[in-house]
Amino acid sequence: MALTLYDKLWDAHLVKQRDDGTALIYIDRQLLHEVTSPQAFEGLRLAGRQPWRLSANLATPDHNVPTTNKERQVGVSGIEDETSRIQVQTLDDNCDEFGITEFKINDPRQGIVHVVGPEQGATLPGMTLVCGDSHTATHGAFAALAHGVGTSEVEHVLATQCLIQRKMKNLLIQVDGDLQPGVTAKDIILAVIGEIGTAGGTGYAMEFAGSAIASLSMEGRMTICNMAIEAGARVGLVGCDQVTLDYVKGRPFAPQGEDWDKAVAYWKTLHSDADASFDKVVKLDAARIEPQVSWGTSPEMVVAVTDRVPELEKAEDDNQRKSWEAALKYMGLEPGQAITDIQLDRVFIGSCTNSRIEDLREAAAVAKGRRVAASLKQALVVPGSGLVKQQAEEEGLDKIFIEAGFEWREPGCSMCLAMNADKLGQGEHCASTSNRNFEGRQGYGGRTHLVSPGMAAAAAIAGHFVDVREF
Amino acid sequence: MQKFTQVNGLVAPLDRANVDTDLIIPKQFLKSIKRTGFGPNLFDELRYLDEGYPGQDASKRPLNPDFVLNQPRYQGSEILLSRKNFGCGSSREHAPWALVDYGFRAVIAPSFADIFFNNAPKNGLLLIKLDEAVIDRLFQEVEANEGYRLAIDLPAQTVTTPSGEVLSFEVDPFRKHCLIEGLDDIGITLQDAEAIQAYEAKRSQVTPWIFS
Ligand code: SF4
Repeated sequence: MALTLYDKLWDAHLVKQRDDGTALIYIDRQLLHEVTSPQAFEGLRLAGRQPWRLSANLATPDHNVPTTNKERQVGVSGIEDETSRIQVQTLDDNCDEFGITEFKINDPRQGIVHVVGPEQGATLPGMTLVCGDSHTATHGAFAALAHGVGTSEVEHVLATQCLIQRKMKNLLIQVDGDLQPGVTAKDIILAVIGEIGTAGGTGYAMEFAGSAIASLSMEGRMTICNMAIEAGARVGLVGCDQVTLDYVKGRPFAPQGEDWDKAVAYWKTLHSDADASFDKVVKLDAARIEPQVSWGTSPEMVVAVTDRVPELEKAEDDNQRKSWEAALKYMGLEPGQAITDIQLDRVFIGSCTNSRIEDLREAAAVAKGRRVAASLKQALVVPGSGLVKQQAEEEGLDKIFIEAGFEWREPGCSMCLAMNADKLGQGEHCASTSNRNFEGRQGYGGRTHLVSPGMAAAAAIAGHFVDVREF
Repeated sequence: MQKFTQVNGLVAPLDRANVDTDLIIPKQFLKSIKRTGFGPNLFDELRYLDEGYPGQDASKRPLNPDFVLNQPRYQGSEILLSRKNFGCGSSREHAPWALVDYGFRAVIAPSFADIFFNNAPKNGLLLIKLDEAVIDRLFQEVEANEGYRLAIDLPAQTVTTPSGEVLSFEVDPFRKHCLIEGLDDIGITLQDAEAIQAYEAKRSQVTPWIFS
């Protein structure tokens, strides 16, 4: 029988099908961070349990580590915010106590979990992987079955190495054709979400395929899978090909020698069969995708940079009209306003969606030899990990950013969710390379516009949105 | 999760209806990274005369001498007797965590709020519903007799009073099983430990690098 990639991964990890329709799925890897793990460890301790398989786990603090050099120099004790400091310290203590590998705050390998996993080869094709964070879908770019889970599930996986799941349906997003220059993976996924809506993928495992996906780098594929959750899908997937193998080879946690050859033979089977059937198929023409900018408070409220904020008459129904009205009010925008007329207060380049080396190169190429607009209060560049930061510095990207007037920070989630000091003020507009533009996400009353790294850098220079293709 | 079979415990009477989760554990204590340590702040507003905040040394706080749990005769109680709609309010699992952390094994009341009713047994806390008239009588007996204990037998589904009176109660068979065996979701999955091990043994032939 012809199988989808999701079917294959599911079958390979099925420990037991239960009568009530749920299944025990074996989990190969768990990534841990400081926010969703403390009560899970506490639960283990209370019940007198040990982690089922220690080596399955890898931890790093990311959500509320500070990103200024001043606070970071001292390590954990330098974190000024007490709640943050306690959470980071608790992760250290728990990992030490149970013997879990952790990249601590000042380890060069520390960073956002979804950047660190792939970078270390801790994310491998054919794996099942969980993390107490909804953007775990990122790892699906490696033909891995990756789920975001809650704290009780974190504990469940720690203790049993299994997750209780129901099988999802199969959705194929087929993107064919060539992207225009200046259009990126971020624009593809924003266009997909604009097309199918934030609930379009609910209940599905969402596989991305087609010539436009095949020609993306691994980093681009991660950006796409990262935001599958923003289209409602808990799981995003891309089949394994030579690009995947080339990326994984030689990474610290990747198999070596004989194991590598064996792995490659297996991994090459990890794609949907040619005649596999999907429950739903959505097709997009890559050549028609333009640089995207979100205007509202949900990632589906997105248009091309050449476009305008929608007129309310264009709403499909009353519900949409109402949510558009509310979004416009929150965002302080007028119907029909040109996207390029939106003035910005801050720019954020970072997050697990767009903080890898290629993202920084893309932004630096735009920023090079230019200056951040004087009207901006702040333009932040926050690399996704210590290693990304090192690499960027070796390439001189930090200098390009600093000379252009950007701040160059230490790795972490930062202004993506504003759990640390990096946040928007009330009413401020921000061009952000992150993944969520919900109300208050980047700070109380803050107004987020989701864009690609190149678009964010161009907006920082201009002080308002501009078409990066004309830059 | 602690197993629950028989408990012969001292009873504390909390003579009050609609005991809500905010009363059980006020919201300022929810910021914690733990699910233990809530015991000293159980019923914080009733128990202390000052305002509670996280990180205080509870032993230095002024106690409200009128509150039942502060009376010498109820020290070490394991069974809480209360009135109807116990546990109403928010869904915070901190409420059962706090009761268990303090040392309670069971709560006896005429009725319980839904979410609390679901949360409590997952944390090893047995909830027993008895008729309002019976509860009235128990309150009188507890207050009249210092050192009053009740003997709960979960397998038999009975509560026995010091005079030998046997009261039976209902309990969902699945919850009963989980409580007696001390099983939470994890415990239930661990009943399949052999299947998990068998999977690992087989899978490590196919993908040995995952298990090294
Ligand atoms: S960067 Fe943002 S979305 Fe990604 S893990 Fe951190 S907080 Fe979550």
